[in-house]
Amino acid sequence: MAIRERLSGNEAVSVAIRQINPDVMPAFPITPSTEIPQYVSSYVADGLIDTEFVPVESEHSAMSAAVGACAAGARTVTATSSAGLALMWEVLHIASSDRLPIALALVNRALSGPININADHSDGMGARDCGWIQLYAEDNQEAYDNMVMAYRIAEHPDVLLPVMVCQDGFITSHAVQNIYLLENEAVKSFVGEYKPENYLLNAERPMAVGPYAVTNYYMEARRAMAEAMKNSAGVIQAVAKEYEGISGRSYGYFEEYMTKDADHVIVIMGSATGAAKDACDKLRAEGKKVGVLKIRVFRPFPAKELAEALKNVKTIAAMDRAESFSGNSGPMAAELKAALFDAKQYPDIVSMVYGLGGRDITVEDMESIYADLEAGNFESKGLPYRYINVRE
Amino acid sequence: MAYNFKEMMSRPERLVGGHRMCAGCGGTVALRNVMKAIKPEDKAVIANATGCMEVSTFTYPYTAWTDSYIHNAFENAAATASGVEAAYNALKRRGKIDDTYKFIAVGGDGGTYDIGFQSLSGAMERNHDMVYVCYDNEAYMNTGIQRSSATPLYADTTTTPSGMVSDGKAQIRKDLSEVMAAHRIPYVGQTTLIGNFKDLMVKAEKAIYTKGACFLNILAPCPRGWRYEGEDLMAVCKAAADTCFWPMYEVENGEKWTLTYEPKNKLPIEEFLKLQGRFRHLLQPGKEEQVANLQAEVDKRWELLLKKCSM
Repeated sequence: MAIRERLSGNEAVSVAIRQINPDVMPAFPITPSTEIPQYVSSYVADGLIDTEFVPVESEHSAMSAAVGACAAGARTVTATSSAGLALMWEVLHIASSDRLPIALALVNRALSGPININADHSDGMGARDCGWIQLYAEDNQEAYDNMVMAYRIAEHPDVLLPVMVCQDGFITSHAVQNIYLLENEAVKSFVGEYKPENYLLNAERPMAVGPYAVTNYYMEARRAMAEAMKNSAGVIQAVAKEYEGISGRSYGYFEEYMTKDADHVIVIMGSATGAAKDACDKLRAEGKKVGVLKIRVFRPFPAKELAEALKNVKTIAAMDRAESFSGNSGPMAAELKAALFDAKQYPDIVSMVYGLGGRDITVEDMESIYADLEAGNFESKGLPYRYINVRE
Repeated sequence: MAYNFKEMMSRPERLVGGHRMCAGCGGTVALRNVMKAIKPEDKAVIANATGCMEVSTFTYPYTAWTDSYIHNAFENAAATASGVEAAYNALKRRGKIDDTYKFIAVGGDGGTYDIGFQSLSGAMERNHDMVYVCYDNEAYMNTGIQRSSATPLYADTTTTPSGMVSDGKAQIRKDLSEVMAAHRIPYVGQTTLIGNFKDLMVKAEKAIYTKGACFLNILAPCPRGWRYEGEDLMAVCKAAADTCFWPMYEVENGEKWTLTYEPKNKLPIEEFLKLQGRFRHLLQPGKEEQVANLQAEVDKRWELLLKKCSM
């Protein structure tokens, strides 16, 4: 029986952690993810779980301790945001190259500077090439569901890569929504026991982790990670299918919202999807052929599937809540364009940067974007790369 | 603690031969013997900071460690060991493992005094049941002898070269053992390689078998950086102790300070300097004042330490 609740995104993810009862959680507070270690340490204090909570002195040490704990054979979780993820950056690569299935609850927040505590994806996008699987949530329900699915993906023997479960700071992490939770037992049996093949605390077979490997081995190690990332695509789908069986909720690499016959599509990730869907509903009622495609899995990037889903589309707004300073587009837009180019599909694509540092984006904004797409209104406003709601 | 040299030395090696550390490296001798202080029936996990010890003992696909071993990054050996120890507590509590494990974090002075200082301080304050072993060779040797905060005044390094207008490093060294004692952790031991290693082995055993966070600071000369012949390692260490440049002592709970070695005749600092190329520029005519400054610094620290140990 599903449990009806009203939870913030942070609490929803924390409840998932409680239900999973991981072995170790090293964490350091940073807005807006702070509540997650707070909730978990209160669960430990109340005896609801027996996770070893390690209140480290920095995010760098949080990820370092997570690597130590996971390599030692413990199911390990941590949480962070923004500068915290940036401080972890070095160790994120080590976690993935050591093939450690750590789960990280990332509450997306702008990177400094100027210092800003509000939502955007610059932290997650900055870590997109670290060898971590990245799942982005639109709302609290998805954040919870992704957290429950995370270890099944990460720990799969064909994958063995860490996973970031991403949700938007404040908009999702602090806003309370109605949500369906699974029963504790359902989560426990879905996630299962963590049984690593090799680990430091295996008395029968000691292990050495993190070697010095130069030109004669490094490239094979990185290639193996790339293969594992490719393998994760199928595992993500299979785990989602199984999860649908116990939750009734269906997840893919992305969600297609009225895209089947759409001429004009907004491609987006995270909490702003709702505004795009509302605008889409309104325009559909007026007979306009518009749609929304929400990317859930950014790593691995579902290039072929996106191309297939967008094959009949005429114009696309690729909406990034992050800047990559390439001078050409946001980061997701660049990957989407590459995916379509490889598929020999050439719709007009405008890269739109929106919502940086928590800047609002409204249904009306989305309507105006659709209007531009419909009008083919690209070159008149300069390059097919532009900002929404910015003082020029 | 009774010390049986023969028994200790006949224990199986846990850091075995075949690694690529230099002949005459103090760090390797130090670590090899610290590992022997673990009871043969006990298991261990070593968390090693990036540095000579790591790149030379765990070059894929070989390892010189018979125990489980993890290298993570340069600045996080202590945090990594924290995670391993936390995993041990969790898995033991859940009945998934039953062996006794000891956790040894290892770093050079670069990974300990400098870039890994925060990680070390955090792990010590959290009082994880582990021993952090610093093999202090007084500079960043792995990258080619750059100064660290452990580098002594006037030492010639590749980033504090002596020259026409430079006497070498311009700053005095950080006293990390005292900083660790100020964490009021259960045990801090400062030692080096002397005689039959009794001081080192007794302190290592004490650190490993004292519950909570313990810290060993081992002066571990580097033949490349200090510029001595490999076979002179023990003489260099002895001179460091006999000049009181590197006092050997221990601190329990930040309160009980005990001197574990007092030279019969405290030798002048020149006896330490003259064995090493890194101080050659100081032993030239016209540098008497610098030598006197160094002597004054050693004397001041020694007198303060004697006071703490007599309280």
